[in-house]
Amino acid sequence: MKEIILVKNGELALKGLNRNSFEDILIKNMRRRISDLGSFEFTKGQSTIMVEPLDDDIDLDDVTDRISRVFGIAALSRACVCEKDFEEIKVKAAQYLEEELEDAKTFKVEAKRADKKFPMKSPEICRELGGYLLSKFYNLKVDVYNPDITVTVEVRDKYAFVRGNNIKGAGGMPTGTSGRAGILISGGIDSPVAAYMMAKRGIELCAIHFASPPYTSELAEMKVMELLKKVARYSGVITTYVVPFTRLQEAIRDLCPEEYFTIIMRRIMMMISEKIAVSQNCSALITGESVGQVASQTMFALACTDCAASIPVFRPCIGMDKEEIIKISRKIDTFETSIQPYEDCCTVFTPKHPKTKPHLDDVLKAESRIDGLDEMIEEAIANAKKVIIK
Amino acid sequence: MMAYLDNSATTKPCSECISAVSAMLEECWGNPSSLHALGINAMKRVIEARQAVAESLGVSREEIVFTSGGTEANNLALFGAVKARKRLGKRIVTTAIEHESVLQSAEELERQGFEVIFLKPDSCGNITKEQLFEAVNSDTILVSIMYINNELGTVMPVEHIKRAVKKAGANALIHIDCVQAYGKISINAKKLGADLITVSAHKIHGPKGIGALYVNKEANLTDQNFARSFGGEQERRLRPGTEAAPLIAGFGAAVKALPASAEQRAHIKELNAYARHRISEMDGVVFNNDETASPYIINFYVPTFMRSQTILQELSANYNVYVSNGSACAKGKKSHVLTAMGVSDEILDKSIRVSFSRYNTNADVDALVDALKDLIKKHPRS
Repeated sequence: MKEIILVKNGELALKGLNRNSFEDILIKNMRRRISDLGSFEFTKGQSTIMVEPLDDDIDLDDVTDRISRVFGIAALSRACVCEKDFEEIKVKAAQYLEEELEDAKTFKVEAKRADKKFPMKSPEICRELGGYLLSKFYNLKVDVYNPDITVTVEVRDKYAFVRGNNIKGAGGMPTGTSGRAGILISGGIDSPVAAYMMAKRGIELCAIHFASPPYTSELAEMKVMELLKKVARYSGVITTYVVPFTRLQEAIRDLCPEEYFTIIMRRIMMMISEKIAVSQNCSALITGESVGQVASQTMFALACTDCAASIPVFRPCIGMDKEEIIKISRKIDTFETSIQPYEDCCTVFTPKHPKTKPHLDDVLKAESRIDGLDEMIEEAIANAKKVIIK
Repeated sequence: MMAYLDNSATTKPCSECISAVSAMLEECWGNPSSLHALGINAMKRVIEARQAVAESLGVSREEIVFTSGGTEANNLALFGAVKARKRLGKRIVTTAIEHESVLQSAEELERQGFEVIFLKPDSCGNITKEQLFEAVNSDTILVSIMYINNELGTVMPVEHIKRAVKKAGANALIHIDCVQAYGKISINAKKLGADLITVSAHKIHGPKGIGALYVNKEANLTDQNFARSFGGEQERRLRPGTEAAPLIAGFGAAVKALPASAEQRAHIKELNAYARHRISEMDGVVFNNDETASPYIINFYVPTFMRSQTILQELSANYNVYVSNGSACAKGKKSHVLTAMGVSDEILDKSIRVSFSRYNTNADVDALVDALKDLIKKHPRS
């Protein structure tokens, strides 16, 4: 039985004249995500895109799984392709949906007749197919309001499609339709979630990670790459920069008052990230900060870090509780990786009593003690390692 | 020339495995859990191997728990699953022809008060999906069935377990012992709907003493509700103890060295056809498994044979040909698999198992059949 995937666009339908170009980006994103599984043909229809496998040995489970993580899709479903002949439609519907129909208690049939030349009208298709399925599956009852399964028949110009319930799509907007931004990624729970959330709004990601060998281990860096890989299953390719941070951290430790260590470190991270991001055509930065979570994330501390960057800084987790963040991290499968206990550069040289209500003037004064800060920043950027995460 | 045709018992380690193991012993001997460079280097190899095993089953790395082999993995799977689900029911569904490590564990669980259903095979060693659907009820907490039988190569209806469990509305965990299937057919844990999968390295040209249990992340099996041994943080606390890094690396190397399944299968199918053809040349030969079984295993007897134990001694001593009379783990005990099929004691005594690996050729088959013909001539029986 020939099977295809029908993809329903999400918010795209709202985007007026941009719709066409948004759809093209969505198709490009889907194509990129599944291209290693075989060759496919994509056909645009009214607010649906049809994905048709062209090779025989393609594993549609895999394809469905991957497409379900592409942003810009409200719902998708697998459908069986039939000739436009009601006898064939009804037999194939019973065969194709056998397992689901056996498991269901209630069902209804919906019909969409795009091809008005098809001899049966939609209500007639529903009635006839419903009757046939009732006669085949004794466990079924009709419930048009809240059925366990909705069998949908779509009669289009070339073929008819039969499908069962929709699978929920990843939602959001197609990656790349909202520009690019740089995510500061540490290896904790929050930053991958922040990356996912902004990618969901159509932002293409570039990532910046700070490593402080020998204080931080190679395992910490591997962990970050692993996390980015998991995010990339949603966001697509992430260009990543690993910035050597040891020298700067040592300078902060040697030259600044202890209670400002973290806040100054965060500011310098922002400065470096902004430069890298701008060089990568990014228009904003993203962090996983949430108000009050740690000393460097009080509103006052955030005010001090925020002004270190001159491009906007998006903090999608800002008003979320840890529990809420963890919920998303479990959903995107980054939680288990995030909680592996490796030191990252944020936990190296943490002050005993960090300032929770720092004043910007004091911070700037403390920061000015670092001689040659600009050169060190340039050096760190020049020595950053670029990794493409797919 | 040696003809090694006992690959279901164990396989010859491949060169990739040997160099991986010795590199670990010579250079990379740090404790993988140590946080210094020596440890990290060892851990990197462990991570790589874990990745290879995970990919081979279509799962993620965190879902692989290394064990000392198939037996330990099967024990952990059965007792762990039951520990996790004991409040939800008391039926366990398995078959009468499982490997001893599942069978004995299931019998122990039966003694502990669980209701264990041992599905019986037909005279060809097959178990049908209908039997499975009938046995799984809403009280079932575990279904544990092997993918391919180790003595006969018969393929069990494991693809239908998921559906049977769903249909029965059971809260059952699904365990599939894939030791004999691993590396021979493609296994995808998610497609099978498996929560637990046992694999072993030494059946795929890896080292002995290492195996793995896939533990489905979504099944919520934690160290508190699943583990049977207690200790450090290794293997997500599900199976603590310093990682056997050299063996794990050898396992990973063996997995990576597996050829593409399609081309390997074609080779083995040809070999199987040739072997069946040649074995049939012996008068009165009867095959205990039919052609629906895995092509890797042929189980047969000749009525005029001596007892198979004697035959295999003589084959190895005088002909450099190695076969077996059943599972090596039974150490010569009567085959419970053939017994469950209802075969007579005489056949039981005379049956021989030939099992292939990707390194076997037609010449190995020739050596075996020529030797057997010779033996029949030498020890004429009526």
